[in-house]
Amino acid sequence: MTSALIGASVEAGPASPEGRRPRRVRRTTPRNTLTRGAGLGLGVAMIWFSLLVLIPLTAVIAAAGQGGWSGYIDVLRNDQTWAAVTLTVSQALVVTLVNIVIGSIIAWVLVRDDFWGKRLLDVIIDVPFALPTIVAGLVLLSLYGPNSPLGLHWAFTPNAVTLALAFVTLPFIVRTVQPVLEELEADVEEAAASLGASRATIVRRIILPSLAPAIAAGAALSFARAISEYGSLVLLSGNRPFQTEVVSVRVLTFIENGNNQSAAALASIMLAVALVVIVALDIVQRRVARRG
Amino acid sequence: MKKTIKAAVAASVTGVLALTGCSAAGGSSGSGETISVNAFSVMEAANEPVFDDFEGTDDGADVTFQTSYGASGDQSRAVVAGADADVVHYSLETDVTRLVGEGLVAEDWKDNATNGIATSSVVVFVVRKGNPDGIATWDDIVEPGVEIITPNPGSSGSARWNILAAWAHITGNGGSEEEARAFITSLLDNTIALPGSGREATTAFTDGSGDVLLSYENEAILAKQSGADIDYVVPPDTLLIENPATVTVDADETAQSFLEFMTSPEAQADYAQSGFRPVVDGVGIEDVEGANDPADPFPTPETLFTIDDTFNGWGEAADLYFGDGEEGNPLGIITELQQTTGQVGEE
Repeated sequence: MTSALIGASVEAGPASPEGRRPRRVRRTTPRNTLTRGAGLGLGVAMIWFSLLVLIPLTAVIAAAGQGGWSGYIDVLRNDQTWAAVTLTVSQALVVTLVNIVIGSIIAWVLVRDDFWGKRLLDVIIDVPFALPTIVAGLVLLSLYGPNSPLGLHWAFTPNAVTLALAFVTLPFIVRTVQPVLEELEADVEEAAASLGASRATIVRRIILPSLAPAIAAGAALSFARAISEYGSLVLLSGNRPFQTEVVSVRVLTFIENGNNQSAAALASIMLAVALVVIVALDIVQRRVARRG
Repeated sequence: MKKTIKAAVAASVTGVLALTGCSAAGGSSGSGETISVNAFSVMEAANEPVFDDFEGTDDGADVTFQTSYGASGDQSRAVVAGADADVVHYSLETDVTRLVGEGLVAEDWKDNATNGIATSSVVVFVVRKGNPDGIATWDDIVEPGVEIITPNPGSSGSARWNILAAWAHITGNGGSEEEARAFITSLLDNTIALPGSGREATTAFTDGSGDVLLSYENEAILAKQSGADIDYVVPPDTLLIENPATVTVDADETAQSFLEFMTSPEAQADYAQSGFRPVVDGVGIEDVEGANDPADPFPTPETLFTIDDTFNGWGEAADLYFGDGEEGNPLGIITELQQTTGQVGEE
């Protein structure tokens, strides 16, 4: 599922160096401008994308669709499933919002400021992403479990879900914003400052619009990862129905009971949620980028 | 430029990790016969000495084993999806029944001396070192304030043994269904976590959470063998856990003779070293390290319930207790109780 979302978000908002999309020129008739090489490239891209993403996704939706609309409604009407969906989506949204703020700040610090240990921080920022998720769960459990050296007993509470999701999704926005920030010319900011713009205005009118596409792309990745997370949660959250049970555990329960159709229905509902959020992020991103 | 290198490094690291994941499932290949063994996770370590001993027999002289281990349900579903398997060994019968339904295992697979069962264990309470809360019986764990960890019976098939053991404690001793429901409700009220699998539950417990872990005797012995600072209690009445094994319809005679070897006294003695109770008589058991009393590792509980006698077999129990209420399935009793206790806890 994540790979699909990556595909979708890359299509939706690639971070161009200027962070601004070139304005599209509208043509009355579509013209084929593909050279032989470009055609080959497009072909390879489409075949690869179809094999890996489109066909499996269609299969999931087809499997879910066998029960018609009632299949979807029945799945959502189950209180336990509904609780899992609301918990997962709300936690994913919270974590994504946190990431938008914190991730951008971390990226800013890493690009614009010089401090001792900066290189090290730059490298280890990827650790939560590279770590096998079950290991992440283990690490978090020893940090926030009953033997917590920090005195925080968050294991098996909804806080644990937030924490695990925040941990595994941290690198996404940092890594998408960082390169854009590096390419951003400081000259423009200086020019704006010399023309009398305040620091806040510069951030609002110059920096933020340039970063918006990157932030949106990172936010989409982080949201998608959060709603599909399983590994780091199974140990830490306790999987208690109505309290800390997330959608992926529900899907697994359906599969264990041989209800592949319900599992597929729930999976495609989450897919729809992810698409809605990605589209919403893209719209917001365009609005912000246009203000620049 | 720097970024590109870093990305390349990250990509290759991910690739290497992915490859290690794959290769772990593959076994060694060599000349002679190959037997594909498809089993639940805990058997990975337990099977090694059994393989070695089988290779020492006439039938097993040139045999190489190709192994695949994982969660019981996942393993069984993988075989349905086409994974190679000659001998299958799962934690509960429904995973074999699934293969029978697909025509991959003969209908009469249970027609042998052990009723198709290859290994067995019992449901036990794992407690902190020295049993500070003095937990001895089922009634002790539902006392207010006792924190229970048990694997999730929804997503983990083998976790269902634990909950059924609690149910059998009431109905097997003459209690009514109402009383059993009340007992499970108080048990679920005390449950602080339902980790995904038996091993994950052990990890959560040894990390310091909870007062009691509902687990399997072999899992408790294994944890003690690997140095976990825990004790375990065999309650006076508990449920016999029976792990079935059989061959697939395509398996050859070598696989069949390995299946028979699995229930031989020699192999059962090997399994006993990993904490499994023998399924046949006349097994010479040496001291089992990690057991409460290594010289008498498997004390017989006063009352031992079985899935066949107390619950009429898994065929009936699976839907009656654990059905998820989807697609026209009945809503299982345990599933329903989990939902009600969960909702009450939420308010």
